[in-house]
Amino acid sequence: MTGEKRNNANRNLVLSLLVIVVGAFGFGYALVPLYDVFCEITGFGGRTNNEAVAVNETPDLNREIRIEFMTTVNSYAQFEFASDADSMVVHPGKMYYATFTAKNLTESDKVAHAVPSVAPPAAAEHFVKIECFCFNSQEFLASEEKSMPLQFIVNPDLPDYVDTITLGYTFFDTTSVASSN
Amino acid sequence: MTTTTADTHAVDHEHDDHGPTKGIRRWLFSTNHKDIGTMYLIFSLLMFFVGGAMAMVIRSELAVPGLQFVHPEFFNSMTTMHALIMVFGAVMPAFVGLANWMIPLMIGAPDMALPRMNNWSFWILPVAFGILLSTLLMPGGAPASGWTMYPPLVLQTGDAFPFLIFSVHLMGISSIMGAINVIVTIINMRAPDMTLLKMPMFVWTWLITAYLLIAVMPVLAGAVTMLLTDQFFGTSFFLAAGGGDPVMFQHIFWFFGHPEVYIMILPAFGVVSEIIPTFSRKKLFGHDSMVYAASCIAFLSFIVWAHHMFTVGMPLTGQLFFMFATMLIAVPTGVKIFNWVATMWRGAMTFETPMLFSLAFVFLFTIGGFSGLMLAIQPADVQYHDTYFVVAHFHYVLVPGSIFAIMAGAYYWLPKWTGHMYNEKLGKLHFWLSTIFVNVTFFPQHFLGLAGMPRRIPDYSVQFADFNLISSIGAFGFGLSQLVFVLVILTAWKGAKATDRVWEGSHGLEWTVPSPAPWHTFTTPPKNRIADEAFE
Repeated sequence: MTGEKRNNANRNLVLSLLVIVVGAFGFGYALVPLYDVFCEITGFGGRTNNEAVAVNETPDLNREIRIEFMTTVNSYAQFEFASDADSMVVHPGKMYYATFTAKNLTESDKVAHAVPSVAPPAAAEHFVKIECFCFNSQEFLASEEKSMPLQFIVNPDLPDYVDTITLGYTFFDTTSVASSN
Repeated sequence: MTTTTADTHAVDHEHDDHGPTKGIRRWLFSTNHKDIGTMYLIFSLLMFFVGGAMAMVIRSELAVPGLQFVHPEFFNSMTTMHALIMVFGAVMPAFVGLANWMIPLMIGAPDMALPRMNNWSFWILPVAFGILLSTLLMPGGAPASGWTMYPPLVLQTGDAFPFLIFSVHLMGISSIMGAINVIVTIINMRAPDMTLLKMPMFVWTWLITAYLLIAVMPVLAGAVTMLLTDQFFGTSFFLAAGGGDPVMFQHIFWFFGHPEVYIMILPAFGVVSEIIPTFSRKKLFGHDSMVYAASCIAFLSFIVWAHHMFTVGMPLTGQLFFMFATMLIAVPTGVKIFNWVATMWRGAMTFETPMLFSLAFVFLFTIGGFSGLMLAIQPADVQYHDTYFVVAHFHYVLVPGSIFAIMAGAYYWLPKWTGHMYNEKLGKLHFWLSTIFVNVTFFPQHFLGLAGMPRRIPDYSVQFADFNLISSIGAFGFGLSQLVFVLVILTAWKGAKATDRVWEGSHGLEWTVPSPAPWHTFTTPPKNRIADEAFE
């Protein structure tokens, strides 16, 4: 190849390689929504619905499922957070209530958010929350203690081999995030 | 330099020949592939010792149980910085240096295709590592979250955090520019009758590596940018409180990270594929199958990333997919290993230093490959995860793997660079000390890991004491024996004058130019036939 021809060829190749570079950078960001969509479709990662849904009750009184509650407070959150009951036994297709109690341990107003996770992963899509304190941020006045409701139903389609479902909540202090928005 | 050029070879007549500028400007403003290659190699050797000194801190602390020399926080900084410096500062620039020096010579090009960008890609590196090393002096200390920078831990880094991110950005920009340069050079600048499948293996493996680089370095840049905005601009990519997911970082990071480990080993395959035929006095067995195997490895590297995170809680189908895909990589890798063995089969072998390093590479890299297969078995990995078994595995593939290949390449081409034979006795001493001590260092770590010693912890239970002491002694021995290599470099101009061909069995265009290679080579493209005729 002679000088000018080679310069053109070089320029074209560099430009197309730069397209790959920009595309790869974009792909890194595209992985974020892709990951969410993938997890929501498959229920991978123990994700459950994060918005209220309406369901019909079709109780299956012959089957009993044990629901265990687990609560964790994120290391930077100055809160007490616990489930009022350690566990409960439920029938699939029937609606139940549970309550959780949280207390702000500081002398200032706080905003907190509970993030749920369900194990085993196969149960995640069958554990349906009808109303949950985790759908919204919770506001706490200084030293306020409050009781927070959860209303849920276990879908009768739950696989046969699942007899225990663990519902875990992690409690985060989101005051700084809430104030910046 | 120019006088030796003119009288030794017909190919290298230069009508507008001029020597390099004198003094520091020659290096600062250099657009010459040989000068830039030299700077890359010296820089990587320097970083090899900086990162090595950090490894010495780690092994001193771990020589006996209990905390003796450093604070745990500083220990964590040392493991983090050691990894970042060795990966991005030592191994990768060394291969880019070899590429700069050798690819134009091997394909008969006068220089790299984009010489000014070449200057930039090198000079960004000292800046990036200056920034990274300066974090050692910052409040809150250097990054201590591990080189994988997992959130939320990495977000607890002190003032060093934005500097860590920017230095990673700069390293990425440098690598991407270097990779673009390599691809354009190889695609557009080959000698007229050098078809793609006639290219030497080193050129081939670098072409594949360069494509991997431009595909995954931007993904890393994106991931660390997300960390930056999470920390400073209120986004919640990885913060569970804001609806993000810290596990997602691990997916994005390892989508970069797994191709990255092949970026560090494919050029090593290339170097070894050049050296073994030379000292076996045979052609490389199965050249084309080597090309296809390397391409297969590159493709598979994109679909196995989650084997680094088998313990995050993945559905069974995911675990099975990543386990089997990972094991599949053993097939093309096995093709390469058997091809090297077949190349040596019934060859008239001699054992000069480059060949010794290459042989050790084939044998010890395979050990690292086997421990990799053990780690790929998902049910077993739950036991091995984050133990010293993992440390032993990746050090086997990186130290007697990548680094030995770099050493082999340095010895192999040193006479072409300096025009003199290096001191073979010192080279052999360097080889034997390195090989013995690298095994003393890393082999016991397999046992430690299987017995359950966790990685990245400055203290350990007394049951692990003996193997750790052996490992530390090995590490000091390995570190000290690298000084022999420095001695080899410093005395490289004292040996006998090298012939153009240097080695009896060498093949390829790089051996048709004089030794030392003049500042300008192949200003008129060579005919491949010239190389063939010269050696038949």
